[in-house]
Amino acid sequence: MAESAETHGATRANPAVALRGITKRFGSDDTVVVAVDDVSLDIADGEFFAMLGPSGCGKTTTLRMIAGLEFPTEGSLKIFGDEVGTLPPNKRPVNTVFQNYALFPHMTVLDNVSFGLRMQKVSKSDAAARARELIGLVRLSGMEHRKPAQLSGGQQQRVALARALVNRPKVLLLDEPLGALDLKLRQEMQGELKSLQRELGVSFVFVTHDQEEALTMSDRIAVMDDGRLLQVGSAEDLYERPVNRFVADFIGQTNLIEATVADGATIVLANGSKVAATTAHPAGAKVFMSLRPESITIGERGSAPAEFRADCLDGTVSEATYLGHAVDYHVSIDWIDLEVRTPAVVARKRYRPGDNVSVWWNRASNWLVAD
Amino acid sequence: MSVLDQVPVDGGGSPPVSAPVAVATPEFEAANERQSRRRGLLIALPSYAYLVVFFAVPLLTVVIYSFATRNRFGGADLTGWNIDSYQELGDDLIRTIFVRSAVLALITTVICLAVSYPFAYYMATRGERTRNLMLVFVMIPFWTNFLVRNYAWYVILGSDGPLSRITEFVGLGPTRVLFTQVAVVLGLVYGYLPFMILPLYAAIERLDGRLLEASRDLYANGFQSFRHVLLPLSMPGVIAGSILVFIPSLGAYVTPQILGGAKTTLLGSYIVTQFLTARNLPFGAAMSTVLMAVMLAATIVYFRKGGRTL
Repeated sequence: MAESAETHGATRANPAVALRGITKRFGSDDTVVVAVDDVSLDIADGEFFAMLGPSGCGKTTTLRMIAGLEFPTEGSLKIFGDEVGTLPPNKRPVNTVFQNYALFPHMTVLDNVSFGLRMQKVSKSDAAARARELIGLVRLSGMEHRKPAQLSGGQQQRVALARALVNRPKVLLLDEPLGALDLKLRQEMQGELKSLQRELGVSFVFVTHDQEEALTMSDRIAVMDDGRLLQVGSAEDLYERPVNRFVADFIGQTNLIEATVADGATIVLANGSKVAATTAHPAGAKVFMSLRPESITIGERGSAPAEFRADCLDGTVSEATYLGHAVDYHVSIDWIDLEVRTPAVVARKRYRPGDNVSVWWNRASNWLVAD
Repeated sequence: MSVLDQVPVDGGGSPPVSAPVAVATPEFEAANERQSRRRGLLIALPSYAYLVVFFAVPLLTVVIYSFATRNRFGGADLTGWNIDSYQELGDDLIRTIFVRSAVLALITTVICLAVSYPFAYYMATRGERTRNLMLVFVMIPFWTNFLVRNYAWYVILGSDGPLSRITEFVGLGPTRVLFTQVAVVLGLVYGYLPFMILPLYAAIERLDGRLLEASRDLYANGFQSFRHVLLPLSMPGVIAGSILVFIPSLGAYVTPQILGGAKTTLLGSYIVTQFLTARNLPFGAAMSTVLMAVMLAATIVYFRKGGRTL
């Protein structure tokens, strides 16, 4: 708990990066595209912060504005308290790991890594010494004199990391750095990035469209869609308490069931069945009930324990998929299909398509979101 | 018609194909490749023939004549082969002309490079529409005959021309640019600028823009970014453009003739004089051969450097 208070307390004084009302418009009068729309957020010092969203949601543009590769149309952008909105990238204490790395193809690994220091007029020998240190840190010692084209994707990734970190940035920006790697290497690099970040204590701002990657690596995650910031929070916040339908649907898998609020304690589903739910939405409001597949229990028709009778629906299994660690059921309930996931414990009864079943859930695990 | 029917069983010494299924055996692939190569040769034959007749034969004639002896009637005797003409090339006058031509060609190349690089960079970083429009503007001069364009400069630079009028009007007195080396360089730069712009544009355009962003992110200022990333990576274009401008400038004939006057004899006009006026065919041929050898060397250097932008 103490740790979470420290890592999530981003709104305390002097955040590493502070965005206030940041807006970015591209194009001229007749064809304006709003890439980023009034985004305000704080990234704490030493935090692993992910920006998550589908492609074109504005996450990369936001990152590029922090890097100085793009300038905001409106708003204030501070890095450790200094306004940097209009500073060119070479005047900012941040470095970037680019998508597909953007390593200089005509330079060796050593020259690539020492580039930033050389540009800052660090002497050749000092720059080389420090570059070698970083090359060692990313476990590429012995490859100093290779060209980027002679390296594998994972090795290029490490060079890009070393090339950025050698400058001791106050914030490291990573633009989909693992996107080009295959699954196994990606998982390996996820762990390495995470431990590297912890070791260095530098803020990492990580752009990704892979929600699983964001959930496993980050202290906090910002979810963006269509240029707007929808929610900022920890993995638990986003998964268990999404602010709207988009976030509920985008993070993990969920069943979204249309409903109308009856009063503060009950909602009415489309088939007329009443379900208990605590809500602040006014009576008559259209909402969606988000139910995660793993929080639903499946059992024989009518076998629901008494305390779950108010949160129970009857249906028929339409599909059963064995996943090894779990069994996925699709249960047809006159007007909707529910996805139900149960642990594949050997002793537990399995159902087949056509079986009549009941599904129920703990009242605490449903979550209402507006459209 | 199955694939097998296309395999030439006769030529090329490939064994008769007996297998009933079309598997991609090495023999099969080799036969296929041989056939397609033969077909390609057939298609290229007319152009090869054209080149041999109208290019290689005259070229060879020039080389042969360079070893011949001048006769009393201004012709060349194709007997008594010697290298006298080549020895004459060491003459002071020739050396002066050669150095002068080389210096002018070098100045032309440097000016073209300095003017073209920013232009090509600007063009390569625009949107598609602006870029195409600019390309058209670069090409427009080609729509007019080279000779006509040189005469246009002759008019502009002449003592009664617009340039002189303007300088006189603003109180600088009349200018006499025509018939100077300045006029020649001006004309050459104008004539060969597109040959510098196009390869530079091609080299810069295919460069990954994120590399420049990365350099800026790694604390390079604009100049450092150019010096350490843009320039080295566009080097093939720089070399290609320089060779494409330097070579024709070195042997230029029309521009020095029209804009340079008699005072500035360059290699091109000197060779023409040897053929038409002095009627020293072997000597003119020897000079041509040496000039071509220099150009060939430059071209080989270019391809060795790995530039393949054009």
